[in-house]
Amino acid sequence: MTLLAVERIKLFTTRSPWWCAAVTLAIVIGFAALITGTADFQVSVASTQSGYGFGLAVIMVLAALSITTEYRFGTIRTTFQAVPNRTSALLAKTTVVALLALVIGEAAAFGALGLSAVMDSGANLALSSAADWRQVAGVGVVYALTAVMAVAVGIMIRHSAGAISLLLIYSMLVESLIPLIPAVGEDIHRWMPFNVVEKFLSGDGSARGAAAEGPPLSTSTLSPTLALVYFAGVAALLLTVSLVVAKKRDA
Amino acid sequence: MIEANGLTKRYGKTVAVDDLTFAAEAGKVTGFLGPNGAGKSTTMRMLLGLDNPTSGTATIDGKRYHELRHPLRTVGALLDAKWVHPNRSARAHLTWMAKANGIPKRRVDEVLETVGLTSVAGKRAGGFSLGMSQRLGIAGALLGDPQVLLFDEPVNGLDPEGIFWIRQFMHRLADEGRTVFVSSHLLSEMALTANELIVIGRGKLIAQSSTKEFVARASENAVKVRSPQLTAFRPVLSAAGAGLIDEDGSVIVSGLDCEAIGELAAKHDVVLHELSPQHGSLEAAFMQLAGDAVEYTAVIDSEDAAKAAELVAAR
Ligand SMILES: Nc1ncnc2c1ncn2[C@@H]1O[C@H](COP(=O)(O)OP(=O)(O)OP(=O)(O)O)[C@@H](O)[C@H]1O
Ligand SMILES: [Mg+2]
Repeated sequence: MTLLAVERIKLFTTRSPWWCAAVTLAIVIGFAALITGTADFQVSVASTQSGYGFGLAVIMVLAALSITTEYRFGTIRTTFQAVPNRTSALLAKTTVVALLALVIGEAAAFGALGLSAVMDSGANLALSSAADWRQVAGVGVVYALTAVMAVAVGIMIRHSAGAISLLLIYSMLVESLIPLIPAVGEDIHRWMPFNVVEKFLSGDGSARGAAAEGPPLSTSTLSPTLALVYFAGVAALLLTVSLVVAKKRDA
Repeated sequence: MIEANGLTKRYGKTVAVDDLTFAAEAGKVTGFLGPNGAGKSTTMRMLLGLDNPTSGTATIDGKRYHELRHPLRTVGALLDAKWVHPNRSARAHLTWMAKANGIPKRRVDEVLETVGLTSVAGKRAGGFSLGMSQRLGIAGALLGDPQVLLFDEPVNGLDPEGIFWIRQFMHRLADEGRTVFVSSHLLSEMALTANELIVIGRGKLIAQSSTKEFVARASENAVKVRSPQLTAFRPVLSAAGAGLIDEDGSVIVSGLDCEAIGELAAKHDVVLHELSPQHGSLEAAFMQLAGDAVEYTAVIDSEDAAKAAELVAAR
């Protein structure tokens, strides 16, 4: 508990988490406003969450920075001096960052839904099924798990620019290019984490309403619940590896 | 009490610290002297559990760093004054450190007061001058009221006033019975602060002795004299107050320089076959262990050694 408090103090006594939180909210809610205001189709629960991917990128930046700046400014050494058990120190940091991402994600997703409901009172934006709930409330959960991955990558890479570009290039580019590999591309893509977690969020697209507008659905064959478990598993694996690395390495 | 036992650190092919064994005791300022790249910072990082030794142990009061429960309450350290997040305030920086080791919050204001940063406690540390950063680093080291303190080149880049302040501070800490371990690459600086010296070169231990003794050895100059009339010349040299050590066929004279010896020889019609200044035993030690006289002169150039001798005498 003490360590969580320590990491909370550290996180909120710098500016970047505030900025990242504000930017994520602005992007996700702003996107919803844009879509709802200009859509020539029936606005749905799913369409209000169109800014999710951009918010995700900002969350990755926030989470990666939370640890890479410690390496950059040498405060990681002060941290390990105060808490020689590196695993506990880093786990506490990961937890705090993940919780912040959860809160930001939920606020952004429900903010987007709420603003759209206000803008287009005729649209059916009630959360009437499990799929609807996953589509909105799932955003915070996915952001939290993504934050865990980003912290893990940050621990391993240690450099802000390196960690952030790796994360962004992977999630925005690599996963969507994999299906282009002949023969096996589609099969590999089916198991790539950000594709899989899309299954958790949008399932078979039932939150899209009658218009069924939106980007291609996930090709994962897992159920939404298993998709989330899989995604969480990948995050846990990355974190474990990073903790082992951090423990062995010179600080 | 700080102890290193066979402490060794390799970075790839570089041997940064090589089988180092030493101890720094409570109630004294122990200087850790060595030229750039000698391995001082690496040793300190190993003492703090930041770098893992390749072999050997580094202990504080008999425990390895990671075995300490609230380490900041046992060991305070200032390795690099810049290890602060530039956008975090001085107070926030100390607050999280205090929180991590169960140190009461009022202690933060106390140490800020001690180092004279109270008025800028809420300002971002990134805007601090080097002297202020150094003070903040010291505040962090003092936070847990530890019995053991480590400072890595704390006076580097400070103005005379700042240097003076830090020196006084170290003495006070040692007088309170704490173990103070402080590194430097200048003998004259150590002459002012340290009671004991641990000298290293290329990662190896060159000497551990009292500062007084060390400075005496470092500033001692000896001259080798070879002459067919040595038997006659010896009493003359002794009478002039020189110390004499016999070597086969020659004599090592201490306490007189070449000029004085040459003039004495001329006055007494003594033929000299050799009159050569000898480097101190320390240089020989450096040569033998570090394999490099440049290392020696980097730590102890003769001017600096003379200054150190004066300073020690004045203390
Ligand atoms: N992380 C590292 N990776 C590789 N080599 C290192 C590392 N840290 C130190 N070294 C090397 O180890 C040697 C000792 O360095 P160290 O910084 O401990 O010396 P120092 O006595 O503190 O010197 P200075 O007076 O310059 O601070 C140097 O040759 C240095 O280049
Ligand atoms: Mg150094």
